[in-house]
Parts: sequence; C-alpha cells; structure tokens
Amino acid sequence: MSAAQWRRAMNSAATATVPSAPPLRAVDPAAAQEHGDRTARAWATMTREIRPHHVVVLVFLLVYPAVASPFFTYQIGAQALGLGLIALSLTFLGGYGGMVSLAQATVAGIAGYMVAIFGTSSAVAISLGWPWWLAVIVAVAIATLFATAVGWLSVRTEGIYTIMITLAIGVATFYLAQQNYTVFNGFQGFNQQFAPTLLGIDFRQPVPFYFMALACALLGYGLVLLLVRAPFGIALQGIRDNPRRMEALGFHVTAHRVAAYAVAGLIAAVGGVVMVWYNNRISPGTMGTGAMINILVIAVLGGMKHPVGAFVGAIVFVLLQNFAIDLVDRERFNLVIGGVFLAIVLFSPDGLLGIWANLRSRLQRSHSNARRHT
Amino acid sequence: MNVTKRRVWVRSMLGAAAAVAVMGSAWSQETMKIGLLATLEGPFAAPGQDSMRGADLALKDHKGMAGGKKIEFIKVSSDATPDKAVAATRKAVEQDKVPIMIGPLSGDEGIAVKNYAKTQPGVTFVNGSSGAQATTLSDPAPNFYRFNTEGAQWMVGLGEHALQKGYKKVFLVAEDYGFPYSQVQGFMASYCAKGGKVVDKAWVPLGTKDYSSVVAKIPKDVDAVLVVLGGSDAVNFLNQYEQAGGNKPMIGGSITVDQTVLNYKGKRRESLLGTASAGPMADSIDTPEWKKFVADYKATFKDGFPSPSLFAYLYYINTKAVLDALDAVKGNLGDGQKAFRDALQKTNFNGPAGPVKIDSNRNGVGTTYITEVTKAPDGSFYNKVVKTVPNISQTLGLSKAEFDKMGLGSRDVPDCRK
Repeated sequence: MSAAQWRRAMNSAATATVPSAPPLRAVDPAAAQEHGDRTARAWATMTREIRPHHVVVLVFLLVYPAVASPFFTYQIGAQALGLGLIALSLTFLGGYGGMVSLAQATVAGIAGYMVAIFGTSSAVAISLGWPWWLAVIVAVAIATLFATAVGWLSVRTEGIYTIMITLAIGVATFYLAQQNYTVFNGFQGFNQQFAPTLLGIDFRQPVPFYFMALACALLGYGLVLLLVRAPFGIALQGIRDNPRRMEALGFHVTAHRVAAYAVAGLIAAVGGVVMVWYNNRISPGTMGTGAMINILVIAVLGGMKHPVGAFVGAIVFVLLQNFAIDLVDRERFNLVIGGVFLAIVLFSPDGLLGIWANLRSRLQRSHSNARRHT
Repeated sequence: MNVTKRRVWVRSMLGAAAAVAVMGSAWSQETMKIGLLATLEGPFAAPGQDSMRGADLALKDHKGMAGGKKIEFIKVSSDATPDKAVAATRKAVEQDKVPIMIGPLSGDEGIAVKNYAKTQPGVTFVNGSSGAQATTLSDPAPNFYRFNTEGAQWMVGLGEHALQKGYKKVFLVAEDYGFPYSQVQGFMASYCAKGGKVVDKAWVPLGTKDYSSVVAKIPKDVDAVLVVLGGSDAVNFLNQYEQAGGNKPMIGGSITVDQTVLNYKGKRRESLLGTASAGPMADSIDTPEWKKFVADYKATFKDGFPSPSLFAYLYYINTKAVLDALDAVKGNLGDGQKAFRDALQKTNFNGPAGPVKIDSNRNGVGTTYITEVTKAPDGSFYNKVVKTVPNISQTLGLSKAEFDKMGLGSRDVPDCRK
C-alpha cells in the first residue's frame, strides 16, 4: 500500500466513524451548550457507574504501601502493576479487537531499550544522555510507532496466523537486540536505568515507585475503559465480531485494527518504561520468548473479558513466581506454577474473572431461589 | 507401697522435667537463615542443581551448624537472567529477611546482584559461582564478597603453555558475551605479551548452531584454534569443524572441554587428545583434599554427577567461607555485621583445589590448573593436570597500572592481532 492510499484509508476511516457520533461540528451556541451538557452527562454517567467495590479497591490500592512491607510494595505491588499494564495492552487488543499479539512484550522491551539508549546508562559509549523526560517521550513514541508497524504487518492475518507473525517479529527483535552491538549493546544490554528524582521525590524508593506505577496503571486502565465505549471502541468490537458486516457498513476495518495496535502499543510502551525502571536494567532476555509468553499467560489467567483481568492475572502471576518455591522445594516449584495455570484455564476459559462471574451468578441464583422459597 | 509409688511418681516427674528442659534447650537453639540463589530454571538448570549440592555439602561438613546456630538455607531460583536473579535475591533479603545471601551462578547475574547489594548495606552478599570481572573490578560493592577466582583468572598461564607447545598464531572462536570476553583476556594477557598472535576473532551468539561461516574463515596458516564455547555450542563447532576437514589442534576455555565434549563420539575424538585448557579446578587433581571432596560428594549425592562440577566446587568454597567466618565470630552479626565481615576478609583456608583467600576488592586469589586431554587406561578421555599456577590475582599477574591500561576484557580488548 502506498503512502497516498494509506492516507486515504485513514481519512475514510475517520469519516466512517463520524456518523456514529453526534454532530458536534457546528460552532453555534446551541451546540456549545449541547457540548457542555454532554460533558456533564458523561460525568454523571461516570459517577453513576462508580460502585462501592470500585471505591474499596481504589482505597485498598492507595493504603496498600502503608501496610505492606517494602518488598510487598515494590516486588509484588509495583511489579504486578507494571506487568499488568503490558498485559492490559494485550487484553485490549485480544478482548476488544480479537487480535492476539505476542509482540506486546517486544513493544515494552523496545520502549525500555529506547529509555536506555536516549537516556543514561552504564554503557556511556552508546547512551545519548538526554534528560529522562525527553528520553521517555521519545521512547514511548518510538515504541508506539513500532507497535503500529507491527499492527500494519499483521492485521491482514487472522487467529493463529496473527500469533505466528507477531511471534516471528518478537523473536526477530530479540535476536536483533542480542546480536547488535552498536545500538542494543548485545547480550549484556544496558545497566543502571534508574527512575528519576522529581520534585524532591526519589522514585527509586519502593513507595514513590509504587505510586508512579499505580498512576500509570490507572491511566492505562481508564484509557481502555474510555476507549471501548467511544465510537472507536464500539466499532472495534463490531469488527471483532463481524469484520465483513462492518466493512459493508462503511467502516475501514484495517485502519481500525492498526489504530488498535497503536493504542495497545502506547499502553505497552508505558508499561515497558515502568518495567525498565523497576529492573534498573534491560537486556535481550527482557523481551525474549519467555517474556512474550508470560504476558500472554497473565492476560489469559486474569481473563480477557474485562481490562481489570490483566491486573488480576499479573497479581496471581507475580505471587506464584515469588512464593511457589516456598511451597515445593527446589526445582519442582515450576510444577506448581504450571499446575495452577492449567487448572485455571481448564476450569474457566475466561480466567479468574470468569470464575468470579460464575461464583457471583451462582450466589445470586441461590439467593433468589432462597427468597422464592420463603 | 505407698512410699515407693510416690517415689516413682516423683522420679518420673523429675525425669519428665529433665526431658522438657533438654527439649527446651534444643528448642531454644537458634536457627539462622542464609539465602541461597542458583539457577534451577532455564539453560543452566543442571549446573544450578549441582551448585545447590555444593552448598549443601559445605553445610553438611559443618554438621548443619555454624556459629552455634542451626543453619537453614532459604533457596531461591533464577533462570540465569539478571532480572530474575535480582528478584529472587530481593525476595530472600526483604521477605525472608536473611542476613547473609549466597549466589548467583552466572556472570551478568553477579553484576546485577552486586548493584542490588549496594542498596542493602546491612546484608552480606557472597558470590555463588559467577565470574564476571566487572563485579569486583569496576565499582565494587563493600558488602559483596567473592571467594572464587573469575573467568579471566582461570585462563592465566594457558597462554604460556600454548607458546610452549609451539602455537604462535591462533584463531579465536568464542561466544559473544561477558564470560568468554574475560576468558579470552585471561589467555591473551600473557600470550600476547610473550609474542603470540590472535590473527582473527569470531564472536558468535550464544546458542549458535551453524558454524560453517566461522569454519570457512579459519586461515590455513594458524597453529591452533582457541575455542571458548560451552556445552552444545562446543559440540556443534567440533562436529562441523571435523566435517569441513579441519585438523588444527585446539585450545579450550574453562567450560569447553568438559564431560559432554570428552564423551563426544565423532571421528575427531582422537584429535581432542592433547587439547589444553585451564580452570580453577580439574577432575584429576592429585591431592588428598580434592580426593576427599570428590568422595564426600559422591557419598552424599547419589543423584549427582560422576564427580563434582565446577559450579558445585565454587558454591562449596563460597559457602564454606561463610560458615567458617560465622564460626569465627560465634554467630555474632551485630554492629552492622562488622566482626563477621572482618572474619570473611581474613578467610584463608585450604580448599579442595588450593588455598581460598581474597584481595582488597573482596575477590578471590587462587590457583589455576592447566590441563590436557589424555586417554585413560580404560580408553575414556579425561583432563590431566599438567601444571598448576598458584596465587593468581584479578590483575592477571600484571601490575595494577598495566592492567588498568589494558582495561576489562571485551570484543576488542586486548587486540593482539598485530
């Protein structure tokens, strides 16, 4: 596809999505009034949708570092949030776009590498030493571009072929990073990428780092929730369910899918920056096949039906990785991890969220049954 | 009757009280936790398991006790990636609250754990078997100790040995990461200073399967090929070199000519005879200390290797140093572990393969064994010790200034082409 065709495709997609949104183009006062109403209405809907359990979870997340040890704050809490953010990008792509991409860990890894290359690291010969904020912006931008390119390459495929092509891209990038010494510093990668000190707060400390990861995770989560209700998200879900019908309705299927990859890439890139600061380092192993599969496992474990599944999956994954060795001695602890994954996927194809939904509907049923009997 | 009954009752009560007292004292006997990290997953899972055996054996020699306390290992695992090594170490240190941490296994993990050690000044970190030069040479952590020698030290003396064998020009094939860089530097430091040349270097990625382009590059006029590959990489290279009709003698790194290569069945097997290599230990060291170590290892671990691996040996000496130091200070870790660390610094014992002591950077100064592949009477191949080089420091026998001028080993350091 030529650049001109591409532009036309994007334009047609833009016009295609407009009819589904109310006309806001006119700049007369009535429309402005309507616009104000609309934001008020949106705000009202949002506040109406905040349920007690949302408040409970948010309060828990905020007080968690005050009650948890630094280990639980940093290694369990912050790591789960960072990994969850990367898995969230896959949940968005897979759950709402019907495209399972294994390359999300690669996108995160690219962002991490770019932070090291443009920012500061132990490899002074390669790192450009830009200020951290500029390095982060450039890193996220490059990683998002990379994700868009991955999307562009893989959107024409379906199902298992998408997995195959994204796997191939991920593995190729891994080998590129491992064998390129001028940019990626080969096998050893980069050391000493530290989270910045901002406004006198040292974000390397567990509690500030946790809140930074939490802020990124909440922003990513909010973005996904917002997007899936926006016209773009609705169209994307339509494309997931029946691309041909959507095409017939005038939606540009390819453009929507590529845009979904770009959004997912942005989320994964932010997650990648959080993770490179978490590890203080990056090397090819950070985005190897193991890492790619871990992200898939987290997303599937939590359940792809709702964005919160990514974080639930990440918490269970991180807890298992850290504590399975205490349950079973020595080299057999991976059996526990594998066994739990297998059990969850076997008993609930929708992951932990599926188990929760199942339990709740059963409870409600027995509750209503009980009421009927009395 | 009544009296005897009462006496019996009194006696039994006394007996019970005594028993309770004895049990109570046993109960109150303190347990000290020591963290132990090795790779139980990933490519080094088998060496990781053997590392744990080495540490267990050191503890068994101490009868499970050190400094009057029962020692309990908190075992954690990594998959040879630095991220995982730091995560596992952090778990042991911050969650299980171990005051002393032993590990990790591989070089880049060691650098990452050393960097983490700086954030935990109250905990003492002792290396497991990692052998990257930079761990203790550049920006060392004051609470990270390494009682073993590292990759470059393991090759000191092999350069001179190669020259004695008449190898004036060699071609290098090595894996492209930190450990082989160090190994090659250890070889070159003396080899190049004494007039040897490394005409060309082929750095191949870890896990390379196809060596045809490397084999094609080997010049006809070299005297030998220096092969610093490990495990399956070494076997693959040998195979393909043989198929291509290669006939140059070889010099190996510390993990090149191990049992997997010696058991290799190809036609070129005979040509392995005489291959020189070097390392901090060898299977055939002829000292009572080594023989006892091997016998203890075999008796303790029925599921172990035929003889202890390099990793078991290195974990053994590092763990032994910790336990000995704990004994020396009677388990006192007060005052920021000062007395304990002083005792660690003073460590000087005769290990299974030579003396174990450390320098001011807290890195091991030890013996290197030069070996050659030899045929045993039963037809099997083994590494025969031909020379021992004692007292090798991290500056590889050079002065500090000379070593600093050369810099740490990398793809191009030292050059040695001219």
